Amino acid sequence: MERIPILKMGDCLLVTIQVDMHDRLATTLQDDLTERIVAARARGVLIDISALEIVDSFIGRTLGNIAAMSRVLDARTVVVGMQPAVAITLVELGLALPGVSTALNVEKGMALIGRALGRAEADGGPET
Amino acid sequence: MAVLRRDSREIRGTQDIVGVRQVVREWAISMGFSLVDQTKIVTAASELARNAVVYGGGGTLALEALNDGNRRGLRLAFEDQGPGIPDVEAALRDGFTTGGGLGLGLGGAKRLSNQFEIASRPGEGTRVVITRWR
Repeated sequence: MERIPILKMGDCLLVTIQVDMHDRLATTLQDDLTERIVAARARGVLIDISALEIVDSFIGRTLGNIAAMSRVLDARTVVVGMQPAVAITLVELGLALPGVSTALNVEKGMALIGRALGRAEADGGPET
Repeated sequence: MAVLRRDSREIRGTQDIVGVRQVVREWAISMGFSLVDQTKIVTAASELARNAVVYGGGGTLALEALNDGNRRGLRLAFEDQGPGIPDVEAALRDGFTTGGGLGLGLGGAKRLSNQFEIASRPGEGTRVVITRWR
């Protein structure tokens, strides 16, 4: 069965969505991520959707579910890289992704997770 | 108003929704739609294709490229032979759902289109037609 790969970086999980997500693939990702958060004791989840050409209500709901489940499991989810056309469409559709943190790119997303976990180095290295 | 091109697609299950998105994207690109307009009509098509599967038990999409004097339009007609919608007005309201989703599909598709028509009869099915002009 087709799956979206989940990479581990320290205590964060990184997901890069590179295909047009059909419904079952989105649901599988949601299940896989929930298991991996627990198995890897992850504290952060970064989902890169820069290659995603649309986010409809189903994909939007899946992203919201992932954010809510990871929060319950003590991990922060940040969705990064949304294309401007996707953002415009999403808001017009009526979906503002409540409860989902977003950042412009992977780097800013990692910094956001770092700050949420109270790490000083997230702001550009340890303070001296 | 002239129809420049016509085609149709079967929507049997959720696996066909990606195919609907792809064909609508191809048509929107070939008709010269901007990236934002492409994204809007593809997203609206995705919502309506899912509705046809979830509520109508599957259906068909008919695509038409229109020429209306100085403007071009992409018209998409989604039709199913499902149970129909008893209260169309309620179904158009955001948050209204009988299928466990977010209830944004119909209202969202309407907002993402320039023209929106819906005809539904209980026991006979539902037909939703959207048009986006450029």
